[in-house]
Amino acid sequence: MKTLKNKSPFPRLDEFLHRLVAPHLREEIMGDLHERYQRRTQRLGEPNARQRYWRDALTYVRWSNIKRKPNPYPTTYIYSPTMLRNYFKIAFRNLLKHKGYSFVNIFGLATGMAVAMLIGLWVWDELSFNKSHKNYDRIAQVWQFVNFDGTISSYNSVPIPMAEELRSKYPDFQATSLSTYTRDVILAAGDKKLTKSGNYVQPAFVDMMSFKMLAGSADGLKDVHTIFLSESVAKAFFGTENPLNKIIRMGNKTDVKVTGVYEDLPYNSAFRDVLFLAPWELFVANDAYVKRVLDEWDENSFQVFAQLKEGPSAEAVSAKIKDIRMKRKDPPGYKPAFFLHPMEQWHLYTDFKDGKNAGGIVYFVWLFGAIGVFVLLLACINFMNLSTARSEKRAKEVGIRKSVGSVRGQLIFQFLSESFVITLIAFVLALLFAQLTLPFFNEIADKRVSILWANPWFWLFGLGFSLLTGLIAGSYPALYLSSFQPIKVLKGTFKASRFTSVPRKVLVVFQFTVSVTLIIGIITVFRQIQHAKDRPSGYERSSLVEINMNTPELYAHYEALRNDLLNTGAVVEFAESGGSITNQYGGTTNISWKGKTPNTQPLFMGNQVTHDFGKTVGWKVIEGRDFSRKFSTDSSAMIINEAALKLMGFKNPIGEIVRSGKEYKVIGVIKNMIRQSPFEPVNAAFYTINYNAVNTISFKLAPQLGTSKALDKVAGVFKKYNPEAPFEYSFVDEVYGRKFSDEERIGKLAAFFALLAILISCLGLFGLASFIAEQRIKEIGIRKVLGASVAGLWQMLSKDFALLVLIACFISAPISYYLLNDWLQHYEYRTELSWWVFVAAGLGAIAIALLTVSYQAIRAALMNPIKSLKTE
Amino acid sequence: MRRSDLGEFEEVVLLTVAVLAPHAYSVSIAEELEQETGQTVSTGAVHAALQRLEQKGYVTSLLGEATAERGGRRKRLFTVTALGGRVLNDVRQVRNRLWERIVPQVTLKWS
Repeated sequence: MKTLKNKSPFPRLDEFLHRLVAPHLREEIMGDLHERYQRRTQRLGEPNARQRYWRDALTYVRWSNIKRKPNPYPTTYIYSPTMLRNYFKIAFRNLLKHKGYSFVNIFGLATGMAVAMLIGLWVWDELSFNKSHKNYDRIAQVWQFVNFDGTISSYNSVPIPMAEELRSKYPDFQATSLSTYTRDVILAAGDKKLTKSGNYVQPAFVDMMSFKMLAGSADGLKDVHTIFLSESVAKAFFGTENPLNKIIRMGNKTDVKVTGVYEDLPYNSAFRDVLFLAPWELFVANDAYVKRVLDEWDENSFQVFAQLKEGPSAEAVSAKIKDIRMKRKDPPGYKPAFFLHPMEQWHLYTDFKDGKNAGGIVYFVWLFGAIGVFVLLLACINFMNLSTARSEKRAKEVGIRKSVGSVRGQLIFQFLSESFVITLIAFVLALLFAQLTLPFFNEIADKRVSILWANPWFWLFGLGFSLLTGLIAGSYPALYLSSFQPIKVLKGTFKASRFTSVPRKVLVVFQFTVSVTLIIGIITVFRQIQHAKDRPSGYERSSLVEINMNTPELYAHYEALRNDLLNTGAVVEFAESGGSITNQYGGTTNISWKGKTPNTQPLFMGNQVTHDFGKTVGWKVIEGRDFSRKFSTDSSAMIINEAALKLMGFKNPIGEIVRSGKEYKVIGVIKNMIRQSPFEPVNAAFYTINYNAVNTISFKLAPQLGTSKALDKVAGVFKKYNPEAPFEYSFVDEVYGRKFSDEERIGKLAAFFALLAILISCLGLFGLASFIAEQRIKEIGIRKVLGASVAGLWQMLSKDFALLVLIACFISAPISYYLLNDWLQHYEYRTELSWWVFVAAGLGAIAIALLTVSYQAIRAALMNPIKSLKTE
Repeated sequence: MRRSDLGEFEEVVLLTVAVLAPHAYSVSIAEELEQETGQTVSTGAVHAALQRLEQKGYVTSLLGEATAERGGRRKRLFTVTALGGRVLNDVRQVRNRLWERIVPQVTLKWS
């Protein structure tokens, strides 16, 4: 009969008609057509018959033939409420029945999501830095590249005349403002005295940075003796009283009137420490040095902020202002090239290398973003692995459901809804975890982020991601299981294909690759920190205390103050210096010596100290001698550090003459002292005696007296000399420790995330191991009956997993080597990547994995074979 | 009597079903009509008319035997119901009455 059917003159037309016509009419219609054709062929010949076939066929195209006969049986409603309720009921029953598995699944996923949320919030915060300033995209700070003997450094300090120059000669600027660096000043109102940080700025600054005025007007800084307070400071001083027109005494010296109060700046603003604003004119009036350098183009000690007009880009304007200094008279040897650093880059792009922007914190944004994605991926992999592994157990359920009339769509929907339920529970848990860990996270990350409850993007991302995870994880059981033939599954002839476990293995390898890489990463970060900490600092930091000389009362009593302090017995040494030992300012290129290569401009750090400074900080003299009062010539003596000695190239430095302003005789060489970043080489520095250019008191506490008791005594002396100011001091070792804070913060965060990544990976492994042990329970029973030992069974069950982790270690080694080598290149002073780190991380990962798996393996191996073999 | 719902083509098809009974099905009807009228009649048109007639209850159908020239498909055979027969009768009587009232001269003139 098939051959007859094939005789159709127009198979295509037949096919079309076959589809078009309702099934119950197909037989008669097609039959009629063909019979007529046959008859016509006999009677009229084939060509004629063919032609008429067409016409006949088309006469069947009418609605009454196309219309389908209604089905007399009720259809299955895929979305009937009863079935939906049943799906959820079954989903919850399944969760409750396999509590361990559900815990691993939900907890792992929730942890991953929580980590991703925290990192997401962190990244969001980093990216939105400074965005609270209204003119965000048009504000810039003037920086300069300077060239010291071929090395190009960048500074955000510029000379005072720069502001006026930009304002008057360059029409691209809408406003400019000079500003000091944020500095601590003692503010006093009535009896209250508080040390607060703030800037001295020009009036344009307030509008430029869009300070929100809560009281007073934005141009209130036009008078010299005025001050703006931040809301919190105003509250601290005046409580609920109106702060306007109140008098505040600054630095125990000048009385100023409060003419404005502004809203505190958010924590993610560059000016978050600016708690007061005072007029630039006031700063000039009170500082002899500033008065002297008002028109000096080579005194780079101030900040200039600028707001561009709509239109010109910071880059274009940078090109215009680049050579401002070089075009003037007497261009300096360090060849300053000015440029604008736009506000968008202030936070994330602050590193410069060879006159080009070299990123900065943005590096960590990428790093942590990647870690977040990976941790989340690990959690998703767990979820997928476990749900696919588990789902084969449910083949029988599928068989029965199909037998009683379930259609495939229903089964797909059921499995998908189950995985959605799990991901949504995990999402809610993740929100909870994130909320609970936020305070802790904020503390290590030095952030003030909170969950963006009101941000639609947050919800869109969160829920969208949960749904996506649910879809991906649920799609395998949904599509694969629902395709089973019920008869095969129920008869028991169904067997999962051998290769279903391959993707699972690949995913486990991926998980451990990430985990091992993270372990190697954190070991290296901490080694790098330790490496820098172990570096000899060149001075004694313990019990060394510093006091900032921020009131005039502290000056000009050197001998008296020193003697009084020593007499208390609480202090063993006392000195003053220009600047803290933990910091280094005041570079100069104005220095020359015998044998200096002409026309070079190396940078030297000049330091002014008193005679006792060396003994107080405990520097190590390696050649010559320390300053001494016994030699009156020491007023023009100089002590240099090793770096300076190397740069100057003296064979025999003692007695050499060095010119810097005046002539100095080198009397000693000291070991390098780490005053700047402990990750960078120490700059060449020299020390000279000057009792007038000091601003910091440092003293060493007597060790036998106990810190708090000693400090009490010291406080008494300071009260006598400086009754108006609060006694504020800092411990040098604490300040020194803060030099590592960035690295330590990164290390802690990375450790935190790595720990979670490993935890998640192990959770997954744990779940998989229990699944495999369960699957092979009969095999294990038979093996035991035949005499297998527990150790042998343990080995059998653990071997596969150990192998996967081993593969992961081999993959992660080159990846982590590449990444970390790259990271270490950022540091001048760095640890090396030793092979044992890789071995240790690998062995650690294998040990952890084996421990996880062994619990399940040993449990399975110890099981009584009667139990496992008796059933059925 | 719902005679108005019997179209002219339907009437002819119904008549042919009566003539060809019990071997009336689309193809045979179409061929019969082609022979009688000398015009091409498509099975599609006949099929549609038969469907309508069946809906109205003038014919009933059952599936007949399969033949080779139909590609092994069965044919749907139609027979006139009692109602169909009555309708045919009615139509015929109306026509007869009218014919009888025509004046003889007129009839002559036509032929």
